[in-house]
Amino acid sequence: MLTLTHYLIVSAALFAMGIAGILIRRNILMILLAIELMFNAANLAFIAYARAWADLGGQIAVFFVITVAAAEVTVGLAIAILLSRQLNTLNADEVSRLKG
Amino acid sequence: MGELLLFYLIAALMVAAALSVVGSRLPIYSVLSLLVVMGCQAVFFVMLHAYFVAAIQLLLYAGAVLVLFLFVIMLLQLSPEAVAYPRLLSRPAIGITAAFGLFLILRTVFFRSLAQEPPLADLSRPHSTVEAIAHALMTKYLLPFELTSLLILAALIGAVTLAKQQASDSRLKR
Amino acid sequence: MPDIHLSPFISCLSWTLLLAPLIAASAIWLFGIHRRRLAANLALTGMVTSFGCALWVFDQALRQHSHAFAWESSVEWLSVPGFTVSFGVLLDPLSLLMTLIVTGVGSLIFLYSTAYMKADAAFSRYFGVLSLFAFSMLTIVLSPNWIQLFIGWELVGFCSYLLIGHWYAKPSAAEAGKKAFMVNRVADCGFLLGILALWGISGSAASERTLHFHSLQARLPDLIASGAIPSSLLTLVGLLLFCGPIGKSAQFPLHVWLPDAMEGPTPVSALIHAATMVAAGVYLLCRSFWLFAMSPVTLSTIAWVGGLSAILSALLAVVEQDLKRILAYSTLSQLGYMVMAVGLGSPIAGMYHLSTHAFFKALLFLAAGSVIHGTHQQDIRKLGALRRSMPWTSGSFAIGSLALCGIPGLSGFFSKDAILVLAHERNAILYWLAVSTAGLTAFYIGRAWFVAFTGTSHGTHAHESPPIMTGPLSILAVLSIVGGYLGIPHFLGHPNETIHWQVVFTSISAAGIGLALSWLIYGRHWLSAQKLVLALAVPYSFLQRRYGIDEFYNAYVTHIQQRFIAGFCAWFERACIIRIGVNGIAWTTYYASWLIRLWQTGKVQTYALTFLIGVLGLIFHLIRQ
Repeated sequence: MLTLTHYLIVSAALFAMGIAGILIRRNILMILLAIELMFNAANLAFIAYARAWADLGGQIAVFFVITVAAAEVTVGLAIAILLSRQLNTLNADEVSRLKG
Repeated sequence: MGELLLFYLIAALMVAAALSVVGSRLPIYSVLSLLVVMGCQAVFFVMLHAYFVAAIQLLLYAGAVLVLFLFVIMLLQLSPEAVAYPRLLSRPAIGITAAFGLFLILRTVFFRSLAQEPPLADLSRPHSTVEAIAHALMTKYLLPFELTSLLILAALIGAVTLAKQQASDSRLKR
Repeated sequence: MPDIHLSPFISCLSWTLLLAPLIAASAIWLFGIHRRRLAANLALTGMVTSFGCALWVFDQALRQHSHAFAWESSVEWLSVPGFTVSFGVLLDPLSLLMTLIVTGVGSLIFLYSTAYMKADAAFSRYFGVLSLFAFSMLTIVLSPNWIQLFIGWELVGFCSYLLIGHWYAKPSAAEAGKKAFMVNRVADCGFLLGILALWGISGSAASERTLHFHSLQARLPDLIASGAIPSSLLTLVGLLLFCGPIGKSAQFPLHVWLPDAMEGPTPVSALIHAATMVAAGVYLLCRSFWLFAMSPVTLSTIAWVGGLSAILSALLAVVEQDLKRILAYSTLSQLGYMVMAVGLGSPIAGMYHLSTHAFFKALLFLAAGSVIHGTHQQDIRKLGALRRSMPWTSGSFAIGSLALCGIPGLSGFFSKDAILVLAHERNAILYWLAVSTAGLTAFYIGRAWFVAFTGTSHGTHAHESPPIMTGPLSILAVLSIVGGYLGIPHFLGHPNETIHWQVVFTSISAAGIGLALSWLIYGRHWLSAQKLVLALAVPYSFLQRRYGIDEFYNAYVTHIQQRFIAGFCAWFERACIIRIGVNGIAWTTYYASWLIRLWQTGKVQTYALTFLIGVLGLIFHLIRQ
């Protein structure tokens, strides 16, 4: 029968792929997409737990996550546009100014 | 039994689409694959009786956020990224290994309690009606809810400010 | 038991007595370093205030019914659980007598110095250090415990170093200061060990232990009686503590620094290296006589060291040509007498001789200073016929010499006689050593007198010193004459003894023979000194080399200490501390930072990867539990 663990395993797989995406891709847009993937993984886990524990809190959390993700994507994409304009690149490896 | 079958089907589709998100050369393919992932996710939400969130998922995520991605990709006219095959001990190789390790660890954690877990179908359901969620949002979670509006406002202003800066602004240039 | 508590009035007086020189020293260093007159006046004021207070306390003490008073006033200075150090003043007959000598002779010498050092460029520095010395010396004398005594002990050593090296531009003076400091370090090492050992045996538990003189005196005899302290340990403690006086009072074999210390200004030699500081060792022995007395081995060691120092230094004085160094060897020899007196069991005799010696030796040194001031010459062979050109100085020197010889009626006679009587009773060999020393003393001081003050002039244009110098000389001369009638032993709690005629006769004949011989050889030239030297070439050169002790120390330092110990230390420092330690740390930091810098790529994804690995480790750690 379908249990909580089934959903959690899928969630873990999505999360791991999201992380892998962040680490291996160079394009900043791709990194943002991978982050979205990880958000989805977390959301899935939230909803699954909400179901398993019969608690509405999980759904509320997902609601907030989606909202915050929207805000994050807005700012992230704006930064991507700015980078592309100013430095003429979207390659994260070339943007190494955090080195100081 | 039919539910389990549906779960495996959707899960397989979802993982395949996620792989495509991470692995495709063109960003546009990635975005479209992500759209598939979102759809599958919505199906899962329905299966878990989270109808309101499933709706939001489709409206907000699939509808608004991914469309925003598409706009930006079209705006920037990206060239396909040359996918370099990861060499041993390079950052991508270590990244994939670490991500896989994370998956294994999480799986171990989740499987640990698999044996004594009851099937989800036997459990009581939360009152996942829009009314219940709205009630919770307006009472128990009122403060986070209001703070979210502030956050969105800040993101809005931030995005506008960042995007409005013209090339003449050379603060980012050395 | 004597009363321990001090009336507020005397307490106030005694603190003033102790602190006046310190205040003067601080004021000189703060305000007077470029104002010569102010510095001299401050120093004099501090010292005379001290002396006045001492006299006042003395007056109060004489009104006591018994002479066995012991007043103490102290403040807690440092306290950790189980151990308290107090700083204070302890006034009993012993410390009061010593205080009177230090402040009295000190005042005269301070006054004398204002004239003697008039032309010196570092006049203010001189008085600053001299005041500090006076404070340090009083710290020793008035100390109620071993810690304060040790602090004062080191401070006087430091002041002595500064004053010996007063003319530090002169290499020999700088060397002499260094030598005095080093030799005293060697001795103080043992002394400090002795103090620590004394603390260790003073109680079974740490909280019971003490370094307070009276508590120790009250407690230790019981502990020994109960068998808690083995007598061998007590002997060891006594011998270690005796290391202090060996260094400070310049007893054999650590006497080498005192003759060299004559490089300092003459008033310093008079005050520090004759009258007070070098006597601190004897004072210490008297202060804790009961402790040394509990171990017969320690006591006989003290006696023999003293007796040998007395005769060996007297022999060295015979061949010395430098006026001040003759007096320095004479000081050594007289200190030997005092130490021997303590070792033979009579601290009162030792203190008695210390007091009279302070008078006549300060007198001799100041007279020698006056000679040096008048002639700029201190080699006795180049001096002559000073009797006519410097009558006051010569007169004082003559009185000091006669007191030193022990001519009946003068102060030296009484105190030396007390020691000789003591030796006669206790130890025959030491008695004859002491008598020979008395003869030698008379001979070398007679030689100095006849060569430098009589005979023919060698063209030096001597002139008498100003009254500000001859004044103190006169006062000290009077004290040297009457010092024997002041009842010093009586004050210390010992009634005057009857005169032992046999000893008196022996000592007078020894002194007479010594004086007569010196008169025959140097006064009448009845026997040529040169021929005598030729005839006695081997012992003479041995004495000239000062028994080779300096050479031995030099050889030890250059061939063993410098080559092996210092060489090893230098190698250890270069190879281990600098190369491995200091440079090693620098290199480690450099390469570690280079390694860490590699990690700092500035690329967000690398940071994310690091973060992920950290999270993985954390989760792994959590699920393993």
